[in-house]
Amino acid sequence: MAEIALKGVTKRYPDGTTAVKDFNLTIADGEFVILVGPSGCGKSTTLNMIAGLEDITEGDLLIGGDKVNERAPRDRDIAMVFQSYALYPHMTVRENIGFPLRLSKMDKTEANAKIEEVAKILDIETLLDRRPANLSGGQRQRVAMGRAIVRDPKAFLMDEPLSNLDAKLRVQMRTMISRLQNQLGTTTVYVTHDQTEAMTLGDRIVLMRRGLIQQVGTPEELYGHPRNLFVAGFIGSPSMNFLPARLTPSGMTTLLGDIPMTAGTRRAVDEHKAPEEVIMGIRPEAFEDAELLRSAGVDISERRVFSGTVDILESLGAEKYAYIDLEGAGAIKSDHLAEAMQGNVADERRVQLVARLDAKSGAREGARIDLAFDPSMVHIFEPGTGANLTEPLPS
Amino acid sequence: MKARWTIINIIVTLYALIPVVWIASLSFKDPSTFTDGSFFPTKWTWKNYAGIFANDDFTRGLFNSIGIGLISTVIAILIGTMAAYAVARLRFPGRAAVLGFSLLISMFPQISLVTPLFQIERSLGLFNTWLGLILPYITFALPLTIFTLSNFFKEIPWDLEKAAKMDGATPMQAFRLVIAPLATPGVVTTAILAFIVCWNDFLFAISLTSSSAARTAPATISYFTGSSQFEDPTGSIAAAAVVITVPIVIFVLLFQRRIVSGLTSGAVKG
Repeated sequence: MAEIALKGVTKRYPDGTTAVKDFNLTIADGEFVILVGPSGCGKSTTLNMIAGLEDITEGDLLIGGDKVNERAPRDRDIAMVFQSYALYPHMTVRENIGFPLRLSKMDKTEANAKIEEVAKILDIETLLDRRPANLSGGQRQRVAMGRAIVRDPKAFLMDEPLSNLDAKLRVQMRTMISRLQNQLGTTTVYVTHDQTEAMTLGDRIVLMRRGLIQQVGTPEELYGHPRNLFVAGFIGSPSMNFLPARLTPSGMTTLLGDIPMTAGTRRAVDEHKAPEEVIMGIRPEAFEDAELLRSAGVDISERRVFSGTVDILESLGAEKYAYIDLEGAGAIKSDHLAEAMQGNVADERRVQLVARLDAKSGAREGARIDLAFDPSMVHIFEPGTGANLTEPLPS
Repeated sequence: MKARWTIINIIVTLYALIPVVWIASLSFKDPSTFTDGSFFPTKWTWKNYAGIFANDDFTRGLFNSIGIGLISTVIAILIGTMAAYAVARLRFPGRAAVLGFSLLISMFPQISLVTPLFQIERSLGLFNTWLGLILPYITFALPLTIFTLSNFFKEIPWDLEKAAKMDGATPMQAFRLVIAPLATPGVVTTAILAFIVCWNDFLFAISLTSSSAARTAPATISYFTGSSQFEDPTGSIAAAAVVITVPIVIFVLLFQRRIVSGLTSGAVKG
């Protein structure tokens, strides 16, 4: 177990492309850190550099205080779980899990005891004499985990370990990994492109884009205080809604009506020297069915209410997603957003809002609905740089 | 539709098998009945087989064939495995050239090399020696081994090697404990193919040898004579042909399952 520190780590390929640029991060002993971002953001390259499978062009990598840039993977004492599991097909499960012990020349009986112990933790005791070809995806995944934990390494590296599993199994394995990491307390670096996995698993999330760290923080920080448009668009499902807005002396004018600004927000916006035309962002969770609130007797005078027509309604049982068409003004066009949505941008000429509503909401497709939201839930972004204008300037 | 395929299958199988059956049938015929016009022997005999095994030249030829074939195969596989691994896994300057050159060599018309090789080997003292045949056999077996094996190595997932490295293996251990066992079916297949190339060669065997010291079985057969000048050696030739064909058939049948099985299933998802 050890602390992992990356200091100004850069990866440049011979053809001149830079995969990772000036990566600075200290991962505390026992911490569970998630590297997340769209494909090609450099997260896997970063992981491979920590593993020693790729060379570091510039900067230092320290594991447990020792600089390990030049050390071969086997001398770094870290274990890795691959997306493809990479089980050795000619070995049984027992031999697969025991392979690291065999290489470290551990005593046979001692090794066997360790293998049994790991198999018990992972609930694969009955599979020990099978070969990988005769295992299901979830079982293979557990064997791969077993091979990683069997030798008590300083750290675990996981490269999208769940992306080959079906949705249900993925959720199960997610909790298993979470529990395992709590139990073992081993420093873990986990790579994924799935923001749900990132939010649910990590102590801290490192969100990357084009080789650069966008924001490092707890899941709550990234969700509640995104530093820029990209982070705001990437974290959260369904994604944050973005609308064009114009700043006015009293607040701002948007398609949802005039929205007042709190003194704090005003100060932050002024500090940033915001342009007049901005992008406002609001999470689908910020909306509530005004009808429901009124019938429950909630005072909604502090909230803004607007009405729209429900275009599509998705009912998930526990909640409903209402897609509301706001005809009129053009949608936001932004590089930052396009990348955050990974190309899944809807019709560019129309503005569509998603509202996450209570299951009791009476929303119907084609019918109008009144939606209420708290103005303090609104984020304001600079269209050019993508910076979040509602967050105070970093000092 | 099904019936048509069956008919085509039968025709193709017959087309391929009739000459083989014919040779086998000839080898069991008594010399007096060679010309009786019957496809199957009317008078069965082992005499042809007894005759060729009593012939020292032929047994010596078989010995040469096996020895030269095995040595050439082992060396070609050894060099070919390493070359193929490099071609499949490493990015080095001249990688394309290695493949290009080996392709070029395999396309080279061998007949055009016979005379120069004859001259070279004579002046080097390699003529009519095992080494004199082993060298050109390796040359022509190598392109084949590099090509088939590099394709085979490409099939082995890269991740397995990375996993071995992470598990604490040195590059040599990763190769020996993970890659080599997985490549075995490919290596066996390629070895059989390479051995067949050497085993079947007639051109070099007849041109670069002058006595039974290094002459291989196929070349020896062409020197068969009857017991008198009036006797036709057809029966002996047929028996010898069967004798040198049978080992190959057994080889392929034995390893067929292994060749096809593809040991890599289950390594990665799927």
